[in-house]
Amino acid sequence: MASKKAVDRRDFLKGVAVTGAAALVPETAAEATPQAAPAVAPAAGQTSRPAPGPVAVRETDPVAARDELTVERPGGDFMVDVLKALSIEYVAANPGSSFRGIHESILNYGGNQMPEFITCCHEESSVAMAHGYFKVEGRPMAVLCHGTVGLQHASMAIYNAYCDRVPVYLLAGNMLDATHRRPGAEWAHSVQDAAALVRDFTKWDDTPRSLRHFAESAVRAYKLAMTPPMRPVVIVIDGELQEDAISPEVAAELRVPKLALAAPPQGDSGAVAEAARLLVAAQNPVIVADRLARTPAGITRLIELAETLQAAVVDQHGRMNFPTQHPLNQTESSGQVIGNADVILGLELTDFWGTVTAMRDQVHQPTRSRVRPGTRLISISAVDLNTKSNYQDFQRYPEVDIAMAADAEATLPSLIEACRKLLTDDRRRIFQERRVRLEQAHARSREVARAEAAHGWNASPVSTARMVAELGAVIKNEDWSLVSESGNSSGWVFRLWDFDKHYQYLGDAGGAGVGYGAPAAVGAALANKKHGRLSVNIQADGDLLYAPGVLWTAAHHRIPLLSVMHNNRGYHQELMHIQRMANRRQRGITNTSTGSVILDPNVDFAKVAQGLGVYAEGPITNPNDVGPALLRALAVVKKGEPALVDVVTQPR
Amino acid sequence: MVLKLSILLAALLSITVMVVAQTPATPPTPAAPTGNAETGKKLYLSTGCWQCHGYAGQGGAGIRLSGRLLPLPGFTAYIRKPTNQMPPYTEKVLPGADVAHIYAYLQTLPAAPPPASIPLLK
Repeated sequence: MASKKAVDRRDFLKGVAVTGAAALVPETAAEATPQAAPAVAPAAGQTSRPAPGPVAVRETDPVAARDELTVERPGGDFMVDVLKALSIEYVAANPGSSFRGIHESILNYGGNQMPEFITCCHEESSVAMAHGYFKVEGRPMAVLCHGTVGLQHASMAIYNAYCDRVPVYLLAGNMLDATHRRPGAEWAHSVQDAAALVRDFTKWDDTPRSLRHFAESAVRAYKLAMTPPMRPVVIVIDGELQEDAISPEVAAELRVPKLALAAPPQGDSGAVAEAARLLVAAQNPVIVADRLARTPAGITRLIELAETLQAAVVDQHGRMNFPTQHPLNQTESSGQVIGNADVILGLELTDFWGTVTAMRDQVHQPTRSRVRPGTRLISISAVDLNTKSNYQDFQRYPEVDIAMAADAEATLPSLIEACRKLLTDDRRRIFQERRVRLEQAHARSREVARAEAAHGWNASPVSTARMVAELGAVIKNEDWSLVSESGNSSGWVFRLWDFDKHYQYLGDAGGAGVGYGAPAAVGAALANKKHGRLSVNIQADGDLLYAPGVLWTAAHHRIPLLSVMHNNRGYHQELMHIQRMANRRQRGITNTSTGSVILDPNVDFAKVAQGLGVYAEGPITNPNDVGPALLRALAVVKKGEPALVDVVTQPR
Repeated sequence: MVLKLSILLAALLSITVMVVAQTPATPPTPAAPTGNAETGKKLYLSTGCWQCHGYAGQGGAGIRLSGRLLPLPGFTAYIRKPTNQMPPYTEKVLPGADVAHIYAYLQTLPAAPPPASIPLLK
């Protein structure tokens, strides 16, 4: 190895202030601080790859022998300095030769800290881990992968992150110079334009030709990824750029550019004032939030707006937006409150059209409006600032009255202020009357939820309500974080648990790509680990079967995570779709389970997990056995290990 | 993104209840078949009712059926021509006699215990 003694970072970047995350990743542009420009010292006796000579060579000439067998100060070391400057805490990867240079630099030059290398068994797991990590930590995690086979494996997870507006920091290895590729696999692992594969669903990419170019693009990529709408970015890192020594000339000029994050875009003041006028004058205003709360401040601001107006709030759970026990939370009555609304404010809605329109999945896909004629619609969404064409995640076009292409969380303070300026004693009195009605409705919905949960309470397979209630009882006195809910468990967590913290719910996959749940849970649990939180995962069986190796990653890196299988032994959504087709065609459904069930043999997830080094119990079919098994698993998790309890469940 | 599940379920439930309540009462059929609950249980599983309504009729993607049944004529009319997301069960795939068997089975589903009697739901 290039010993740390020989190539000490402090010597390498002598005089360089590689400042910490707080200084380099400011909240706003105004808080940005200049970063000292490092001067990279030239290495004694160092040579760069010689330029081609003027003498023409023949194809039959023997390859010139080169006697350089060692390298000092490779480009990968500088790349690690850039990652450190960006406060990248972890880099997830399945190892690949196209990034062997930076891999070694992370371990030996960087000391495997900031970033720490997280070993993954599949690139889709790497990206989904980074996806889950961001939604807890609020900072991107890096992923290393081959620019070819790695990005192809990773692409589904990248698409999920794109749809979910999550920045994942991808570094894709490649070998651009064909004459320097090793024969065989390296050719199959090389590509002209690596990022092209995922360009439709990433925000920005670049293929730097030099280390200076890398530094600039790396910082630019970070900034763009973190500007709403946040999305994944790709930097293609050339193999030679990683592996070759830094020439003295280049070293003298290397520096990490200053990072100043862009302040999130706020809504136009005129549009904000008009929105406030409509909301304050409304009889039944409804606030619908989807991917609103980028940070904990999003929750605080939404509560403030809702209480200023005493308006109903519907949480579509793209993030943890609004406390479930807040009296203005009317999510359980969303159909009714939206149907009665005269003004609807949509905050970062992915599907405003679907929020106000119902479509029946019958032969002719008939639609009907969910809202009364004349209901005014206001949209605040950062996605209006950045939409691509090919992939259709943007949903049907919503016909709104006011559209602000802006970040909703950043716009809320001015909207709250504008609403307050319009309040009168008369409006306050009306608002308080509305509050009383909404409080009563909220209390009723919580009561109804408990009554509904009692149905099938003792059934086997275990009802999803029972499973969620048993899990809730085990974690209720802990500082918990529901890091994934890939199980389609009928929304029982929101109906039975009390959510009020930002990290307690992280939203869904984004692109509805199955296979997100398990790795996102492990990534989020990695982020929760240093905060001492209990990470909880409701794990679907079909989801886990995509890449179960991520359980090994959790075991290997000692990531505490309590996973509870919602094991309905099928791809149940698809099972229902085939039933729909068979009924529509009047062929009967007795022969339609082929392709959609996971039976014969039943998967023994406890054994799968145990084989990957994870404590596990199950399969559990008796509902009375769930609670005790969860307590035993919790004891393991509290020791810093992952654990899994396989519960055989009702379909939904 | 698909409409979030909890909202979809709430919407389906409210719409379905509303639609059913507004459906004109169907006159009772004089020769309404009497179902066999055991046969109905088998049919409930083989014809996929459980997929949306759960093995215990507790609901899921579809509404709860346990402890909440329309009269048989209305029940039959709804599954023949559902007005919401439910796929239609025509006479061809589910004859009237089978509907009656399923209905008989649904009538045997145990009532839910009061939530106050369940410590985890208090």
